[in-house]
Amino acid sequence: MAIEALENLAERLRGALSLSKTLERSDGESDEDYVYREYKVATFSKVLFLLSFVLLFIILVGYRVTLGEYDIGFIDVYSTIWKHITDSIDPNDMDELLDDNVVWEQRMPRILTAVLVGIGLAAAGAAMQSMMKNPLADPYTTGISSGALFGATLAMTAGFTLISGYYGRVLNAFIFALVPALFIVLLSKWKRPSPAMMILVGIAIMYIFNAFQSYMMLRADPNSASSVYTWSVGSIGMTTWEQIPIIAFISITGFICLFLMTRILNALNSGDAYAKSLGINVNHVRIVCLVIISLVAAGIVSFTGIIGFIGLVSPHIARIFVGSDNRILLPASALIGACMMLICDVVGFLIIGMSLQIGIITAMIGGPLFMIILIAQKKEVW
Amino acid sequence: MAIHVEGLGARYGKFRVWENINLDIDEPGLVGILGPNGVGKSTLMYALNKIIEPSEGSVLIDGVDVKDMDYKDIAKIVAYVPQQSNETFSMSVLDTVLMGRYPVSGFTTSREDVRIATRCLKMMGITDLAMRKFNELSAGQHQKVMIARGLAQQPKILLLDEPTSNLDVYHQVYVMKLLRDIAKENGIIVIVICHDLNVASRFADRLILMSKGEIVADGPAGSVITKENIKDVYNMDSDVVDVDGRPYVIFHVDESIRSEGLM
Repeated sequence: MAIEALENLAERLRGALSLSKTLERSDGESDEDYVYREYKVATFSKVLFLLSFVLLFIILVGYRVTLGEYDIGFIDVYSTIWKHITDSIDPNDMDELLDDNVVWEQRMPRILTAVLVGIGLAAAGAAMQSMMKNPLADPYTTGISSGALFGATLAMTAGFTLISGYYGRVLNAFIFALVPALFIVLLSKWKRPSPAMMILVGIAIMYIFNAFQSYMMLRADPNSASSVYTWSVGSIGMTTWEQIPIIAFISITGFICLFLMTRILNALNSGDAYAKSLGINVNHVRIVCLVIISLVAAGIVSFTGIIGFIGLVSPHIARIFVGSDNRILLPASALIGACMMLICDVVGFLIIGMSLQIGIITAMIGGPLFMIILIAQKKEVW
Repeated sequence: MAIHVEGLGARYGKFRVWENINLDIDEPGLVGILGPNGVGKSTLMYALNKIIEPSEGSVLIDGVDVKDMDYKDIAKIVAYVPQQSNETFSMSVLDTVLMGRYPVSGFTTSREDVRIATRCLKMMGITDLAMRKFNELSAGQHQKVMIARGLAQQPKILLLDEPTSNLDVYHQVYVMKLLRDIAKENGIIVIVICHDLNVASRFADRLILMSKGEIVADGPAGSVITKENIKDVYNMDSDVVDVDGRPYVIFHVDESIRSEGLM
């Protein structure tokens, strides 16, 4: 239902922009020129969708900033952001100072966290789905996020880290995220698992890590256990400006690295044998890709806990609009991931209240969407 | 371009597929690999392309062992067309064919890449499918797209694993003739795994017949497709007659199947 509605929407938009019509062939036009023209129109349509996601993203960011106790208009949000960036806030204007404080200090860390998490998880999900030839794969369903969560919890509750501070937490999360990643590499190499088997293995790993996680929480002192629990269910409200650069670095660098691998991901989608014949060292590439994905997941989970389904659902929505060429799918998924995070946060605010953890909302919305994807498995979408 | 195979062996776990395969292919043309199911024809193709590492022996392309070659360098010389499509997420037909340009093109798709891909689609008679989604096509159309993708790689050695298995009679003949012409015109080696002895006999410049882990016969169609070889390898009674200077096999189906005790 939801997928069909989105497909119809995509088709209507293409129709409205005259992008789905068969092109008129001019007299004497060669096949090469005609196909090239068709190719250009198809590419233009994808870029247009990408730009509309950018527009949606800008609107959502602006709208989300307006929500809260302190009233501020949509236009004022962007003028405040502009003034802050260009350092042109009048220090004698109390209203401007107040606006700046609310937008920049109070609301922006939460919104930037949502955006960066969305970008990182969705890009990781899109890359994983192509790399593993598995429409159900993302860092959450394969157990990578659970591994990272356990690693970070170990650092937070038991102080078990190699280095101190945030980096120690990220490093711990990364090390434990590599455990499911290693399973994926070994399984892909020796067992040729079906997509469903891979996800079931992921769920099994999730159970194991969750058991350890629960043990750690029970052992921790009640105060720390409570805050760790609040974080672990997926929270974007706890990040500070001090942490944003670390999340941004991990998420954006991860996205760029995966984007540079998009042609390889396209080839892996055609199977290992064919990818090798195109000159790709499949085993090396798979390891590199999984290390990047684990790092992105670890970085995100360390600061926000587990936020499920964004990495799984965003690429599927993106595919409906821009197709499965990863060169355009990856940025489109990242934008949709960021938009979905903002939408979930808006929904949480409007319906339940500011304090609700976003992981709960993404699961409430993403869970049913995941079921729809499973039940209405339509090959055409993939 | 020359392929030299020496003492090659392959195994999957404990199962030995074949051993001590020796082969020289040093002339351009269409080479057909024949043999019953499970004799390791596809495995031989994989070994030529380093898709699998042989358990022993070596494959040399122009004197260089593929073991020492980078995957990327091999891809600039050798293209591979799999028997079946294996895409999980579908792209357009044109984008699928453009993937064949991967070893030589940059991050973005150039006009020249699209021109080459279109020419390959044209050769396969499927230009009108260019913007269709790959998973909307029939099995035969998939096969044509995959052959176009292999051609788009502009290889010096083209390996095709049963490229005509899903095609109707007209297109089986069309594809084999096209491959023979491409081999001749471009001076490249085209190696085809084929199950139709008569189609292979009609178009291949050289045939290699495999059975039970070894090469049974190797040479022009006349020396490979014989009544005795067919009986030995396929356990089928047949008559081999001459049509336009090429052997043509007529199988005696009833006798062959009865002798197996199935009827």
